[in-house]
Amino acid sequence: MNTKSYRKYFPIFVLPTLLAFTLAFIAPFIMGLYLSFCKFKTVKDATWVGFTNYIKIFTAKDATFVDTLLRTTKFTILGVIIINVGAFLLAYFLTKKLPGTNVFRTIFFMPNLIGGIVLGYIWKEILDTFCQKFLGHVFGYSGANYGFWGLLIVMSWQLMGYMMIIYIAGIQNIPEDVLEAARIDGAKPIQILGKITLPLVMPSITICMFLSISNLFKLYDQNYALNGFSTKTNLVAMDIYDTFYNHSVDEFAEGTGQAKAVIFFLLVAVITFLQLRLTRSKEVEQ
Amino acid sequence: MSDINQNEIDELAKSVNATTAKPQKEVNPKSAKLMATISTVVTFCIMVVLSIAWLTPIFLIVMNSFKKKLAIREGKGMAFELLTKDSFTGWSNYVEGAEKVGMRSAIINSVLITVFAVICLVLLTSMAAWFITRVKTKYTTVIYFLFVFSMVVPFQMVMYTMSSIANMLHLNSVPGLIVLYVGFGAGMCVFMFSGFVKAIPFDVEEAAMIDGCTPLQTFFRIVLPMLKPTCITVAILETMWIWNDYLLPKLILPTEVKTIPIAIDACTGSHGVKNLGWLMAMLVIAIVPIIVFYLLCQKHIIKGVAAGAVKG
Repeated sequence: MNTKSYRKYFPIFVLPTLLAFTLAFIAPFIMGLYLSFCKFKTVKDATWVGFTNYIKIFTAKDATFVDTLLRTTKFTILGVIIINVGAFLLAYFLTKKLPGTNVFRTIFFMPNLIGGIVLGYIWKEILDTFCQKFLGHVFGYSGANYGFWGLLIVMSWQLMGYMMIIYIAGIQNIPEDVLEAARIDGAKPIQILGKITLPLVMPSITICMFLSISNLFKLYDQNYALNGFSTKTNLVAMDIYDTFYNHSVDEFAEGTGQAKAVIFFLLVAVITFLQLRLTRSKEVEQ
Repeated sequence: MSDINQNEIDELAKSVNATTAKPQKEVNPKSAKLMATISTVVTFCIMVVLSIAWLTPIFLIVMNSFKKKLAIREGKGMAFELLTKDSFTGWSNYVEGAEKVGMRSAIINSVLITVFAVICLVLLTSMAAWFITRVKTKYTTVIYFLFVFSMVVPFQMVMYTMSSIANMLHLNSVPGLIVLYVGFGAGMCVFMFSGFVKAIPFDVEEAAMIDGCTPLQTFFRIVLPMLKPTCITVAILETMWIWNDYLLPKLILPTEVKTIPIAIDACTGSHGVKNLGWLMAMLVIAIVPIIVFYLLCQKHIIKGVAAGAVKG
């Protein structure tokens, strides 16, 4: 039996979602692509300027976009390594028979539920105090001096628990008989970890890499709350917002903002694609 | 006698080996047991230390929320000092702060927006996902790919144009924001739901159809109950997103309408009052509901995150 008779129900089932989706995504996306080639102050008075916006991003006198991109890349790479290694170790030890495992998991996961803005302000106050007390810095934690590292601490604190949960699920999925067989054959714990556990949790690693890269690369809230707007600490997402809304005296502000957003989108798309191909190919069939 | 002992020791050694994963013949049972105990104790201690480190920031905020204004940051690093009788100020930070930044209405707004947006998202996207998975035409395939594609696009790409459109259509209100959440969240939800719909055997629905169910009846009586675990997963992931979201409400809502993250932002001085005591108290107010929610449905949340990750 086929579902041809269903078709007339399309308006009931799909249309509401599709309308909202068009409004919130499809229309803004297409307009965004078009406007990145325009000079505009509001969406209605756009004039076509070709690639001017894109050229301006890289050649304007005070252009910081390349620095921002490099900073974001460095931040993402460092963050992904710290978070995933940390999360995997936590998961590895918490899947051994240890008293109080559930309590530990609960505690490590908790920061994920607290929103970025709240997290950012919590840590801003703590880092402020810490820097005054131990580093003797008069201004306490000021984004420009320690901003990058402060943000790294906050994100590790937040995301490690999330990735840990995924790794725990992955490790618990490893069939017990495989591990048992390895033990009987005399494999050392470190060999079991490297030759069995790691290859078999490769799907979890794919997911965690994917999630942590996309979370870090697109970070906005924590960065904003912790460091505020500053060309020394802005990551890409904040730089785009900054260009749009804080420099409106510049007649090209909106245009370059939108062009930066398009570049940002292309980068995210490429990274996602590469990453999925790369890690999927390393997965082991069970 | 000695035989029995030997047996017992062998048994012990086996169980120890099971936990330490050491080859049986190379180690002396007694030392293996000792090693296992030591490693468990060491791991346990490390975990305890880490847990305390994890909780310290929250503890500090809660403690400072009860301190007098000057006791929080006078001189060097006062915020780390424990609460004393002199610095204690009771609930005044909570009362005054909540008054000043309009926390009460912010909480109501956040709850309204989160609850309605999540209900709409789960209901509408599950319907859409089921339909475009079951009815295969050119159009539904294109629609599906658009949904998946939207997951890759960062918010900044549509930030400006989306808020312009919202302004033009007068969607800059709480109901308008809910519509936008449904639209922007639809991609991931549809993707997750259709992943699970594909896993449901079609036979059951077919039987329902032969018995004369309309698609609506089939969906609500047969499919939706089977999708319940996915609904919980989606609802939890979307709740975590919408409850904590800052940028979209900030851009869409008029300045006098606040959600919790916006209210928190408002007590930091850049837009209003700078009073650290108030800020700390408001941070605690923002954290408490989400922690209670977490402790109540911890099982679902952890499962949801793991399941969501597998599909996402």
